[in-house]
Amino acid sequence: MRVALFVACVDDAMFPGTGRAVTSLLERLGHEVVFPADQTCCGQLHWTTGYRREAAGLARRFAGVFAGAGGTVVTPSASCAAAVRSSYRSIARAAGDPGLERAAAGLEVYELTEFLVDVLGVTDVGARFPHRVTYQPTCHAARALRVGDRPLRLLRAVKDLELVELPAGEECCGFGGAFAVKNADVSVAMVADKVRHVRDTGADVVCALDNACLAHIGGALSRLRAGVRTAHLAEILASTGDPS
Amino acid sequence: MTSAAGGPDPHAGFGIGALLGLVNGQQGSAARRRRAEGKPVVPRFAEAAREALADAGARHELAESAAAARERTAAAVSELPDWEALRAAGAAIRDRALLDLDVHLETFEQAVADAGGTVHWARDASAARRIVASLVRDAGDGEVAVADGPVLRETGLAGSLAARGLAVLDASGPEGRDRVRAARVAVTGADFLVADSGTVLLLEADGAARACLTLPETLVCVAGLDRVVPEWEDMEVLLQLLPRAGRGDRLSPQVSAWSGAVPGDGPGEVHVVLVDNGRARILADEVGREALRCIGCGACSAVCPVYERVGERPFDPRGTGRSGPIGAVWTPLARGVDRAPEASLPFASTLCGACADVCPVKIDIPGLLVHLRGEVVDARRHRPVPTPELAVMRGVAWTMADARRFETATGSGARWARLLSRGGRIRRLPGLLGRWTEARDLTAPPAEPFRAWWRRRAPSRRSTK
Ligand code: SF4
Repeated sequence: MRVALFVACVDDAMFPGTGRAVTSLLERLGHEVVFPADQTCCGQLHWTTGYRREAAGLARRFAGVFAGAGGTVVTPSASCAAAVRSSYRSIARAAGDPGLERAAAGLEVYELTEFLVDVLGVTDVGARFPHRVTYQPTCHAARALRVGDRPLRLLRAVKDLELVELPAGEECCGFGGAFAVKNADVSVAMVADKVRHVRDTGADVVCALDNACLAHIGGALSRLRAGVRTAHLAEILASTGDPS
Repeated sequence: MTSAAGGPDPHAGFGIGALLGLVNGQQGSAARRRRAEGKPVVPRFAEAAREALADAGARHELAESAAAARERTAAAVSELPDWEALRAAGAAIRDRALLDLDVHLETFEQAVADAGGTVHWARDASAARRIVASLVRDAGDGEVAVADGPVLRETGLAGSLAARGLAVLDASGPEGRDRVRAARVAVTGADFLVADSGTVLLLEADGAARACLTLPETLVCVAGLDRVVPEWEDMEVLLQLLPRAGRGDRLSPQVSAWSGAVPGDGPGEVHVVLVDNGRARILADEVGREALRCIGCGACSAVCPVYERVGERPFDPRGTGRSGPIGAVWTPLARGVDRAPEASLPFASTLCGACADVCPVKIDIPGLLVHLRGEVVDARRHRPVPTPELAVMRGVAWTMADARRFETATGSGARWARLLSRGGRIRRLPGLLGRWTEARDLTAPPAEPFRAWWRRRAPSRRSTK
């Protein structure tokens, strides 16, 4: 099928490997990927930081760009998928814009693992990733989208991958968008515990469905020279050997 | 950088450059002045949290007690197969009560009067203190037994009675129990008010308040006016939700319910003081009113990862006893966001959503926090000089309104960032973003953003428009 790829603004600028991975994965599974070039940002950061006027502008823009692209939208960012699927209604209501509410309701947006498992019905995507891996269920994936065990089912089907459970995984890593800066002390206290749990697993890779959370966790791991690297789950699923 | 009406400076677009101008010290000069003058300062969340984090012993205890509370509650909830249905029913009951709050309160007042009691209305905490003090004085000499509870803490009642020279006896204290017998008047809180019967309900773990309800001659109950429900049947659901979500109990160990004064049985005089103290203001906020569903179980605090690390105080800058995630919503809703401590509370959350998952009346606390963040930002839009954050966020929005602008900004941001990086990592950022690199590295941005790769790989593909 034909899939319109939404690469989150942060992923576009900072983590282009994730979008490349989604592209090669979906093409490998026999689907056509298009990238609507007008896309920028879903407006999530503005909305969650209180800039509702600006968020409404970006949401209208997003809805226009992807309505124009037609069909199914897939994104590797769980928090952006959650923003479009659940926050757009609130954004529209706060802006008094029923047109935006209708446009948002008309969009069919999936987070990558939802798309793979629910729409395509695959869990074995033909990947090989010979590493010890732990999965961090980020808040938007676990509680806003409720992706549940979809990521784990996909990971279990990856060849040569050893999956280890992350203790207290569903506890927030402390990123929280602007929170990471506005309340940096608490944010750092939270990520310190997260990093301790990650190290306890003995994994060499920690993966998730949100690069922003991974930048936060990975930033702390890097500062501690913990020898654990971060990877978006899409990069693992796209892998067919040893990428690094 | 720009006037409020004029739209952002195009050159101030997205990227590190714009953020360099941000200084870390957005702390209000008013607060600094008060501190220099030795006056008490009500702290913002981040300041109070920093202090709390420094106390490692307290953090350890908090973490342990939060973990224990979470386990108890999870066990109590998982043994009820219809918990989700019960939550939905609880939310609906509270919404129905709030929809016609004025009607139910009038019904309640009438029912209490019919049963021989009296209802008093307290607009704010100081009115509540005045009313209660005068009721206590009218009851005659001797000790006043006080059974502490949330509304009493919110209104500062116990302290104020003592400050007025009245002999206050703490009914929850160990030596308080026996002496309650001799007290002429007792003051208690209340958890629920049932409108059609004029009943007041009090739930407690021990029997401290219960003794107050039966022994003294005069009873004064102080309740938040939000806690009314239309009828008895509503309590059936709430009495299951509250103890399980709150303490992980199947039932509240002690449930006391009474209506008015019955001659020869219990107090001869019963007063119910209904406290507004910001609740009418919350009700007037169409989005925010959902907070009034709260039944005070405390489950949201027990699961909150921020609360677990900083405890009560940062969430409760004015010591009203309402803390944790619901406090971060309630206090700014009840008092407005004009002052810095209140304005800081909606940002005291990662929006992780754990609280909304456990709340027995399904309050969307993250949604309310975002709503309040919007109120804070909107209030600041009217300032003659925009805050640096507003300038940056407008700049980002302007940049994101056009894909080419975004790409240009990505490129210049990446160049800036690469200047700051060593070995692919940035270890120190200037300005406000310095808070990021205090304990976290930042990966240096790549040479080629995704969209550039896409164009390079598929120049002839069908358009990517
Ligand atoms: S908001 Fe918190 S204290 Fe209030 S009912 Fe919900 S979980 Fe309990």
